[in-house]
Amino acid sequence: MSDLFNVSTNPHVRSKDTTQTIMRDVLIALAPASIFGIYNFGIDALIRIVVGIAACMAFEALYQYLMHQKVTVMDLSAAVTGLLIALNVPPTLNVGFEIVGCAFAIIIVKQLFGGIGQNFMNPALAARCFLLIAFTGPMTKFVYDGVSGATPLAILKPGGEAEGTVKLIDMFIGTTSGVIGETSVVCLLIGAIYLLARKVISFRIPVSYIATFAVLIFLFAPGHAFDVTYTAQQICGGGLILGAFFMATDYVTSPITPNGKIVFGVILGLLTFIFRMFGGSAEGVSYAIIFSNLLVPLIEMVTVPKSFGKKKPVKEAAK
Amino acid sequence: MGKCTFKGGVHPYDGKELSKDVPIKELFPEGDMVYPLSQHIGAPAVPVVAKGDRVLAGQLIAEAGGFISANIHSSVSGTVKAIEPRTLATGGKCNSIIIENDGQYEEVEYVPKKLEELSRDEIRERVKAAGVVGMGGAGFPTNVKLTPKNPESIDYIIVNGAECEPYLTSDYRRMLEESDKIVQGLKVALSLFDHAHGIIGIEDNKPEAIAVMQKAVENESNMEVKVLKTKYPQGGERSLIYATTGRSINSSMLPADAGCIVHNIDTIFSIYMAVIEGKPLTKRIVTVTGDGVKNPGNFYVWLGMSYRQLLEAAGGVVGEPEKYISGGPMMGFAMYSLDVPVVKGSSSLLVMKEDIVSKVETSACIRCGRCGEGCPSHLLPAKLAGFAARNNEAGFLKFDGMECVECGSCSFVCPAKRPLTQQIKSMRRTIMANRRKK
Repeated sequence: MSDLFNVSTNPHVRSKDTTQTIMRDVLIALAPASIFGIYNFGIDALIRIVVGIAACMAFEALYQYLMHQKVTVMDLSAAVTGLLIALNVPPTLNVGFEIVGCAFAIIIVKQLFGGIGQNFMNPALAARCFLLIAFTGPMTKFVYDGVSGATPLAILKPGGEAEGTVKLIDMFIGTTSGVIGETSVVCLLIGAIYLLARKVISFRIPVSYIATFAVLIFLFAPGHAFDVTYTAQQICGGGLILGAFFMATDYVTSPITPNGKIVFGVILGLLTFIFRMFGGSAEGVSYAIIFSNLLVPLIEMVTVPKSFGKKKPVKEAAK
Repeated sequence: MGKCTFKGGVHPYDGKELSKDVPIKELFPEGDMVYPLSQHIGAPAVPVVAKGDRVLAGQLIAEAGGFISANIHSSVSGTVKAIEPRTLATGGKCNSIIIENDGQYEEVEYVPKKLEELSRDEIRERVKAAGVVGMGGAGFPTNVKLTPKNPESIDYIIVNGAECEPYLTSDYRRMLEESDKIVQGLKVALSLFDHAHGIIGIEDNKPEAIAVMQKAVENESNMEVKVLKTKYPQGGERSLIYATTGRSINSSMLPADAGCIVHNIDTIFSIYMAVIEGKPLTKRIVTVTGDGVKNPGNFYVWLGMSYRQLLEAAGGVVGEPEKYISGGPMMGFAMYSLDVPVVKGSSSLLVMKEDIVSKVETSACIRCGRCGEGCPSHLLPAKLAGFAARNNEAGFLKFDGMECVECGSCSFVCPAKRPLTQQIKSMRRTIMANRRKK
């Protein structure tokens, strides 16, 4: 037997990238925003981040162990989910509630539907929406520098009751109230550039999303049409940047087709505009994304890419 | 100057530094020579010698078995020992002529001709007689390629100097060492058509070859060198045509439908040898390389010689290599034995210390879409593999699975290490087999 060599079909080499390296890149990209969150909100933010990551990894390992499946926590996808959940809750949220959210994300949304690659909704956002509905009060209570106050987005809400002033520069740097990871636009953009440079994500979803949203706000925002400052504040406020670059781009719950990604982004922009301007709450990104997640199979069906050379030949052969 | 390219493709480690600077070395064969009757696409050749016959080097030993078929010549002088099935590098068995090499290299007399003396039909006849086939691997008979239905529609003859397959350096060495004969061969091919223009496409990771070829075509009015972006599979026929001419073809078209004929570097060289020097195709350049080879290099090899001897000529193995591949790492065939002959389409013997593929762990698809980004045919391999796994022929066809060129890019880039190419390939085989039954 020993004189026969290994055989297999081509190709005989593989790239070095794995699911783990991709997830690791996402964690690296979220690091600036996480660190800024800790700087902005102190030890509370750090605790929420550690708990989120630990809880998600623990729930995944536990579920897979109990179900006699291969334990795949080291692919780091649960760590990404945990970090995103932490970045999506207020720093004052009861840690117990956060753990419930992690359990919901990993067990209900991810594992019950078949684990990695099979969930139909972004687990972190599903958890956030679950927490918003289950624990509305604690999830929408924002304290900044020791005083309760509205988030910039609540102040910007058309017909909203919150009062205060918002400075665009504060929103860009991130020294405002909000959930742990959404406030600093500049830190999020640093991470986004890293993901784009590493080709973990493409421009398609974030750019079509933010562009659609910006155009709609600029043209149709009630009371603020053609207001450049207001448009910029809406882009920098709330979870738009975090959602557009880090959550709408989740592979599993976004279209795999190149054109589908653009369609997906446009739908997201439209829904976010509607939810933020006319919805009940100031924020609309989470709901827009999890709703659009459900449209993904339909979007893929209508955006099958044209295979190479499928058109009529460029040059008709002479008769 | 803008570099020519196509959409899609991947960037595997190219490994060419192992052998690119090693000049071509001639290698004399020992022992029995094996000539499989199928070294080309189409009907097997039919033997014209019998057991016990003495043959000379360059003598016809099997003639084309149909229109799409090719002649086969002995590369050595000796005695026909047997005609029996032998194992090929691809793993299958094929009826082969076995010749005992007498070591004399006594040759038949060749009839050199000048290009001006020959009519177009005579040129095609000489290419056919010499048994020239595509030497990039597919092995399509060259004279058939040079005889398109509408010769006046041919605008371009493209010489494939991309050598996009990692590790291979045989075309590169040929360009460096025999650029004038490549130009002569292209001249012969161009003379068959009224207004065809010659393009030599070379990837930009071979600046020396680009410089040499540019110099060689300096005084040729109807030839040019085009610089291609280094990317696998830049040398794929469809990708190359698109990159150099902007024309695109699909699986149901021939390059001639877009006014193009594509030839490998070694094929063009063989056209020159056949038409001008009158010599049949009995030798080729083979790269012996990989981290499992002691002295990687490029060898001028008599067809019919065994891979085992080829490996010995390169100094043998380092340690205990786990994988032996005929061809490159992306599209080559893994061999279970080295006792197989070098044939017309053998471009390389790649020996790898480690069989990476047997060690990677497959995990669930995360739908990252990298397979689609890398696909030169703009397909969605993840979806196609899914259809293949469920044997869903309708879905597979709807997503154009038959347009796959089996280049291996999707399996290569997949972070979940899924065997996408393998799944798609086997589904394609099933569908093609079913179609033939009907």
